[in-house]
Amino acid sequence: MSKRIDINNLNVYYGSFLAVEDVSLAIEPKSVTAFIGPSGCGKSTFIRTLNRMHEVIPGARVEGEVLMDGVDLYGSDVDPVTVRRHVGMVFQRPNPFPTMSISENVLAGVKLNNKRISRSDADDLVESSLRGANLWAEVKDRLDKPGSSLSGGQQQRLCIARAIAIKPDVLLMDEPCSALDPISTLAIEDLIQDLKEQYTIVIVTHNMQQAARVSDRTAFFNIAGTGKPGKLIEMNDTPTMFSTPVEKATEDYISGRFG
Amino acid sequence: MTTTTSPQPATEDDYGTHPGAAANRFFKGLSTGAGALILVTLAAVATFLLLEAWPAITMSAAELGESVSFIKPEDGQSLIEIIGYLVYGTLLISIIALLLATPVSIGIALFISHYAPRKLAQGLGYLIDLLAAVPSVVYGLWGVAVLVPVLTPFYQVLADYLGFIPLFAPPESGEIFTGRVAMSAGIVLAIMIIPIITAVSREVFLQTPTLHEEAALAMGATRWEMIKMAVFPFGRSGMVGATMLGLGRALGETMAVLMIIGPGLSYSAHILQPNQHNTIAAYIALQFPEANALGVNSLIAMGLALFLITLLVNMLARWIVSRRSEFSGAN
Repeated sequence: MSKRIDINNLNVYYGSFLAVEDVSLAIEPKSVTAFIGPSGCGKSTFIRTLNRMHEVIPGARVEGEVLMDGVDLYGSDVDPVTVRRHVGMVFQRPNPFPTMSISENVLAGVKLNNKRISRSDADDLVESSLRGANLWAEVKDRLDKPGSSLSGGQQQRLCIARAIAIKPDVLLMDEPCSALDPISTLAIEDLIQDLKEQYTIVIVTHNMQQAARVSDRTAFFNIAGTGKPGKLIEMNDTPTMFSTPVEKATEDYISGRFG
Repeated sequence: MTTTTSPQPATEDDYGTHPGAAANRFFKGLSTGAGALILVTLAAVATFLLLEAWPAITMSAAELGESVSFIKPEDGQSLIEIIGYLVYGTLLISIIALLLATPVSIGIALFISHYAPRKLAQGLGYLIDLLAAVPSVVYGLWGVAVLVPVLTPFYQVLADYLGFIPLFAPPESGEIFTGRVAMSAGIVLAIMIIPIITAVSREVFLQTPTLHEEAALAMGATRWEMIKMAVFPFGRSGMVGATMLGLGRALGETMAVLMIIGPGLSYSAHILQPNQHNTIAAYIALQFPEANALGVNSLIAMGLALFLITLLVNMLARWIVSRRSEFSGAN
């Protein structure tokens, strides 16, 4: 179910603009890897290269390798649609489909893969996915209500349920809590701890305390100035990163001395 | 300020006026007036139609038949019967146009909004708008001179193979297969309403929240699956509204229909047979030059019927389009 990702010398472009330069790092299976760094440093751009969502933007492209268990996701015979069915993603703002009910939202991705799912299998999948996202108890009596009728934190957990319903190998989370209140944030953070038993999780966050709380390894990205590409400064085990970082820039950032 | 240190108590004057108040009032009056003008115009048109149509509406069928050449109650063509045929013909031809134009327009709009590279999309957008600028009389000429001769052989094939369906029944034996039929009028009208349906649908599709499109793509949806999941549900009422606007235009179109169709009056479903149908607008244009005073009154009664249909369709369209605002954005 969970796979490791090795990124080798990845350059990410928007047209001719180099947004992220020469990143090499490894993401371990069944662990939480956090990307931190100031705004505009390219961490969100970078995470979107891991499921080939980056190239949805016209002119966007990458150079280098993203190996998932040894297979290059940017190989010439790899279909980005297939990649995205193996690498789930949760976005910054909750985005359930407003015209679908809660259960239809959960099943949306599954229906793409396998049109004919039996009624009882569908019901089981809705329940297990919503339980997996810690949402079942709150919504089990109103599965046919629109997804947009939920609160922001519930909507985000619905999006997580939708992502795990297709049983991805990797789950990417791009600032999943930045639009949520502290209580909903805590619920998602607890959920991330449960999810890492099964999935490889990569999370982008602005919140350093969050990175410290949920992640096993942390990567710090930084940018030299406006118009310059973002770079990976340092990556290490999270406790090490937050206690004894190697680079001065990392220490300045996590101690709040710059920014 | 005076030399005293304590602040002056506020007077009513301090809150009464401010610079720009006069301009604000003036602009308010201007925009209110403009809004009222629309209502006045509408009321004036409705009143005119009603007053002018009144003599023809109130007169008995027989009397009207004696003084107006095109009204023949003895042949089943009293004023009310003609209006019935014409309303049927108008709706029939407009619906043919709508059935043909809607899928094409939505296809073009989707291509422009979601498939074409940006430069091509821009060019195509201009081209579509240009199509809207072609005068309808030119469409009529083109329809008669170019399109009808091209279409006639296809009609023949259609009638040969699908003639058992009443819709595609061939003309009576002996009659010439002219192609100047309801189907041709519908096709030309379809081309005429494609620009408006395309333009409105394109705007709606472009407003689909990126959030929802990315949600679909990130689950492994192909472009088409993404459109079905995110774009269509979001744009559904906008598409309906666009179609209604197209219908509104098709209903009122005069010249193209007048030039293309071999006119007739009947409730026939045979859209490949000439001299079966006509539309209200084309009929009025056809009869007006030789109509006497009562004849004009009768034609205006038909105009009143068209006015009511078009008004209803447009109000329906506006209502549907305005409902769209309820589920825009994330929620």
